[in-house]
Amino acid sequence: MQFNFQSDKPLYLQLAEGLEDAILSGAFPPDNQVPSTTEISVAYKINPATALKGVNLLVEEGVLYKKRGLGMFVSPGAAEAIIRKRRQAFYEAFVLPLVQEAEKLKIPIEETLNMIERGFEHEQN
Amino acid sequence: MSKIEVRNVSKLFGRIPALRDVNLTFEENRIYGLLGRNGAGKSTLLNLITNRLFPTEGSICVDGESVVENDRALSKIYGMSERPLYPPSMKVREVLYWSSQFYPDFDMAYARKLAESFQLPLEKKVSGLSTGYSSIYKIVVALSCNANFIFLDEPVLGLDANHRELFYKALVDNYASHPKTFVLSTHLIEEASDLLEHVIILKEGHVILDETTEQVLARGFTVSGPSAAVDAFTAGRRILGCDTLGGLKTAYLMENLQSATIPQGLEVSKMDLQKLFIHLTNV
Repeated sequence: MQFNFQSDKPLYLQLAEGLEDAILSGAFPPDNQVPSTTEISVAYKINPATALKGVNLLVEEGVLYKKRGLGMFVSPGAAEAIIRKRRQAFYEAFVLPLVQEAEKLKIPIEETLNMIERGFEHEQN
Repeated sequence: MSKIEVRNVSKLFGRIPALRDVNLTFEENRIYGLLGRNGAGKSTLLNLITNRLFPTEGSICVDGESVVENDRALSKIYGMSERPLYPPSMKVREVLYWSSQFYPDFDMAYARKLAESFQLPLEKKVSGLSTGYSSIYKIVVALSCNANFIFLDEPVLGLDANHRELFYKALVDNYASHPKTFVLSTHLIEEASDLLEHVIILKEGHVILDETTEQVLARGFTVSGPSAAVDAFTAGRRILGCDTLGGLKTAYLMENLQSATIPQGLEVSKMDLQKLFIHLTNV
């Protein structure tokens, strides 16, 4: 997990996203235990209340589930749920800023679309 | 619920006021940051709370009992001071022993383990320790004594980067496994800010801020862009300070802009705690 502590986002949201990324990458497979809030807060030197807030957000969203006395586990459909949620946010979080920057630099639509295609090709190679 | 209440406390040294009408409450099981520039009154406040000084006015109570000459109240508090408080000829091992005699819940096994992880020599005299190790033996006592309220005055003074990291991790681990209140007084704000749940800022003996970290950070913004546009947008808002670079202006605001519409051409970003602190305490 990587945090950008300079980011504008509150730390608990960054923590939740970091855990989501770890789930998407397969580092935390379904029905496996995730680190406890104590382990997380010690590892990243953050207040345990912040860690708890981030983890609780994922419990509310159904990404993680609690086993009484044992800890937190990855829900079976977690990866799919994260992908659904992030796709909904994709337009606002990535497309709009891209278009705004393109307009600022006066890059025509065609050229912007070409660059996006080039980006996909780059990833595939 | 255990708590420390500081009520209408003022402290004069001769005629010079160090603290003026300070009102604060330290609640149970929280990590506070007590921040202020040199000479703001942080150490004085700490010394009053731990009964090393007497207030000129006002009162300080732990769970309703005054701390003045009160061993029972004081056994709930540990105050790590920047200044040496032990006899210079005392060995580290003896400091641990005498601390365990005063604090009933002192955990000697934990203290030895912590000392080992910092490679603190137990048989050395405290007067022979380097600045860094003088901080470390006091950290070890502070984290081992299990008092309800632990005040740490410049705990990382002289510590190298590895030992600071070790300290922050030990602090979080200690707090998570044995909840208690920590009050951290430090100049290294950037390093500690993610640990703090609540922030208190002292300036020239006054409390100028006493809020949760989340509340504070939600109100700190920088706005930058062409000078005229920045001035138009920030007019009537609470401006802490400004920087200009040619025709470019950056204003530092203490105001919630979450719902404000940002005019085109202006860049708005959040301020971190250290930047906010700098702009709040600049003269």
